[in-house]
Amino acid sequence: MDLEEAEEFKERCTQCEAVSWGLTDEGKYYCTSCHNVTERSKEVINTDVIPHAQIKALNRGLKRKNNSEKGWDWYVCEGFQYILYQQAEALKNLGVGPELKNDVLHNFWKRYLQKSKQAYCKNPVHTTGRKPTVLEDNLSHSDWASEPELLSDVNSPFLESGMESQSDVHTRKSFPISKASQSETSVCSGSLDGVEYSQRKEKGIVKMTMPQTLAFCYLSLLWQREAITLSDLLRFVEEDHIPYINAFQHFPEQMKLYGRDRGIFGTESWPNYDDIYKKTIEVATFLDLPRFPEITEDCYLHPNILCMKYLMEVNLPDEMHSLTCHVVKMTGMGEVDFLTFDPIAKMAKTVKYDVQAVAIIVVVLKLLFLLDDNLEWSLSNLAEKHNEKNKKDKPWFDFRKWYQIMKKAFDEKKQNWEEARAKYLWKSEKPLYYSYVDKPVAYKKREMVVNLQKQFSTLVDSTPTAGKKSPSSFQFNWTGEDTERTCFHGHSLQGVLKEKGQSLLTKNSLYWLSTQKFCRCYCTHVTTYEESNYSLSYQFILNLFSFLLRIKTSLLHEEVSLVEKELFKKKYSVTKKKSKSKKVRRY
Amino acid sequence: MSDFSEELKGPVTDDEQVETSVLSGAGMHFPWLQTYIETVAIGGKRKKDFAQTTSACLSFIQEALLKHQWQQAAGYMYSYFQTLEDSDSYKRQAAPEIIWKLGSEILFYHPKSNVETFNTFADRMKNIGIMNYLKISLQHALYLLHHGMLEDAKRNLSEAETWRHGEKTSSREILINVIQAYKGLLQYYTWSKKKTELSKLDKDDYAYSAVAQDVFNHSWKTSVNISALIKIPGVWDPFVKSYVEMLEFYGDRDGAQEVLTNYAYDEKFPSNPNAHIYLYNFLKRQKAPRSKLISVLKILYQIVPSHKLMLEFHTLLRKSEKEEHHKLGLEVLFGVLDFAGCTKNITAWKYLAKYLKKILMGNHLVWVQEEWNSRKNWWPSFHFSYFWAKSDWKEDTALSCEKAFVAGLLLGKA
Repeated sequence: MDLEEAEEFKERCTQCEAVSWGLTDEGKYYCTSCHNVTERSKEVINTDVIPHAQIKALNRGLKRKNNSEKGWDWYVCEGFQYILYQQAEALKNLGVGPELKNDVLHNFWKRYLQKSKQAYCKNPVHTTGRKPTVLEDNLSHSDWASEPELLSDVNSPFLESGMESQSDVHTRKSFPISKASQSETSVCSGSLDGVEYSQRKEKGIVKMTMPQTLAFCYLSLLWQREAITLSDLLRFVEEDHIPYINAFQHFPEQMKLYGRDRGIFGTESWPNYDDIYKKTIEVATFLDLPRFPEITEDCYLHPNILCMKYLMEVNLPDEMHSLTCHVVKMTGMGEVDFLTFDPIAKMAKTVKYDVQAVAIIVVVLKLLFLLDDNLEWSLSNLAEKHNEKNKKDKPWFDFRKWYQIMKKAFDEKKQNWEEARAKYLWKSEKPLYYSYVDKPVAYKKREMVVNLQKQFSTLVDSTPTAGKKSPSSFQFNWTGEDTERTCFHGHSLQGVLKEKGQSLLTKNSLYWLSTQKFCRCYCTHVTTYEESNYSLSYQFILNLFSFLLRIKTSLLHEEVSLVEKELFKKKYSVTKKKSKSKKVRRY
Repeated sequence: MSDFSEELKGPVTDDEQVETSVLSGAGMHFPWLQTYIETVAIGGKRKKDFAQTTSACLSFIQEALLKHQWQQAAGYMYSYFQTLEDSDSYKRQAAPEIIWKLGSEILFYHPKSNVETFNTFADRMKNIGIMNYLKISLQHALYLLHHGMLEDAKRNLSEAETWRHGEKTSSREILINVIQAYKGLLQYYTWSKKKTELSKLDKDDYAYSAVAQDVFNHSWKTSVNISALIKIPGVWDPFVKSYVEMLEFYGDRDGAQEVLTNYAYDEKFPSNPNAHIYLYNFLKRQKAPRSKLISVLKILYQIVPSHKLMLEFHTLLRKSEKEEHHKLGLEVLFGVLDFAGCTKNITAWKYLAKYLKKILMGNHLVWVQEEWNSRKNWWPSFHFSYFWAKSDWKEDTALSCEKAFVAGLLLGKA
């Protein structure tokens, strides 16, 4: 065996004190002067992937790159690619069509790589010293599996473990080692360009981050017009149905992650609706995407359908649906042009479909019940009286009863959610560490934590929790087993509507605007939400719906104000000062 | 508002909108302002949800502990362990201590836990980081003592005694001394058990000398362990007491006296009434002269005028020949009865009655007047009210008689 290969091992032999080592056939070091075999053995790369015939040649070439425990070389964007792949798989398991993974998301990703000059272009940006490989623009017939050929360098193995095997190994090229990427500097990373990636600050290029993976997913979902809204997506992430937190855990064994990679791949925050939404627009603009497929009335994302969904979820009567459709028509929010996302258009904004649908419901509730802490309760009294007298008819919708049931259910759910959040385990089984030096410490800590957890798990209540809930689009369920809780879906709105000739009018003829004046400064929001200024019923409604969507109440409030702005356009433009009560004629 | 909206060119931020707002006087509401303020506090870094999880978890644990819901607390503890891996180094270093405190509490009370689990937990926590080893060892030993496992506790303490890692700080030194002292205390306990054994044996008994030797060894070990600690300023009542008892047993009166005097009079030591009590009792046993006893008790009087030893003090003063002592005796009595805890003390009232008679007959009206002046405003309602008269009469007629006598003397004067 070559003596050169054992050069790195510099300890003194215990028997003869010489420093001269060789490698035995099993890969253990032995002292050449006294033939004392040690237990230390050289780390060898996984040879399963490489055909035996090429071991010698490759071994020599790769020896310096693959130090003990260094693993494969990989780029940051490949890491992201792997994560996107996992997320697409998860979405497929949730029932989304397979075209999302194979066509839509993949194309978006390739486009991104092209635009950010990481692949599919001439002179891709990489760490200095690497031979840039000229690639072809191969958008048409590539798929995830043949991806590696198109990226430069020796990176195919990582995909092989997850996808169909390729014989790309033979296309591995050797390349000059770049000194900058070795771990000689104090800051290092498992990926080849981790350090450089985190420092890269080019103008006009959108850098890939973990939240952005979700933005990509959402864009593809939007393109396919799938029945998953952004809030649903984020909720699935929180419930661990879609990999995001610690997604790097599922990287192949040889893709080592440490140092700067921690900052890139290891998020310690849940995704935020607003944040992801903005990123979606940013990415779509960056990718120069064309107008998205149109969202028409039969699309899930159309407000009519979403309103129906949310009405059902919140246990409100189905009759309210016609009112919501009406509001949609009046504000023009059901128009195809309004709803369809068009990044290239100057005022590039997409509609927050879920938030808007919920806002419309809130507006309708305000129209029917005014929500001023007064009228809704007196209307409930009427409804209750009527329901008691006429037990056989379709009951009138009683706001008070609904509130009581809803509040209880909401409080319970919220409590459970908070507890789950407090118990959330952020740290992955594969600990992230700063550098080789830290690795044993990090692993030891991990082991310690695991042991402690094992010890305490015996003390925990043995009543089994419901286990991992299967992902569902609905959080509340009113029809079905639980007959104790009234289901209000079938109730009638007769109590709050009155007939006038051919049409129906709301008994309530007043309305108050959520925002009297909109902000026109350069800040990103148009209005603010100060809880104490509003009625308790309104606060409850906002809290309920914003919990449903896991957004902030101020966001919902803003959307409600915008809906009202459209609805009462004349009122806003005519007078600057508004009086609190105005008569609003419906229908 | 409209005038401001043009001028308020707030910078476009990516930060999240925050619900809690910074209220300004004009009722304006700037959600983004709060975020800025928060980022200043944490040095510009965005707050992670990891921190939110851990702090929520901590408050849940504390709540569960308050409500004695041990299983729930254990459940949250399970998730709390991840703070040991927190990327924030400050929090990561503070984590082991918090986990130890909470965890030991849970394991102490949880129905399913036993000494085994506690031992494993303590051993694990000791080895996380070097700063907590001593403290945890000490608390572990106390836990074992609580469960009556003296041998294990002793072993634990011995291991901890010889631990010398980490920086040499003064607090570490003191901790080590405390550990040694506890070990000494345990040895004292064995010593005293053996002593009782010894007292049952006859001097000529075969085993006597062996046991005596054994006993002596123990005492020697104890003294070594405890003596180091009591040199350090602090409150070491149990240690001092046991040490002195041992010294007295072996006849080392001077040593004992030195220890006690040091303990009571050394200015570096915190003021501790027990120290004086120990010294007094010791001197009483040694039949020290009255003047010495008086001087010791004088200090105690200044610290705790309501102590029951004050009556003994009064007796001493009464018997003395100096006039100033007599005056002090009166003061002391009045002082004792100033306190609500002593109002039903019949001895005190008896003394006061007798003494007042004596003093008035000795023509020291001035003294009485002096004392009574400051008290005449509130003593009547405090001691001599109608309510007290009735209840005292019901409970203890003798007491009420004495009180009535005193009242007659004092109030009659006023």
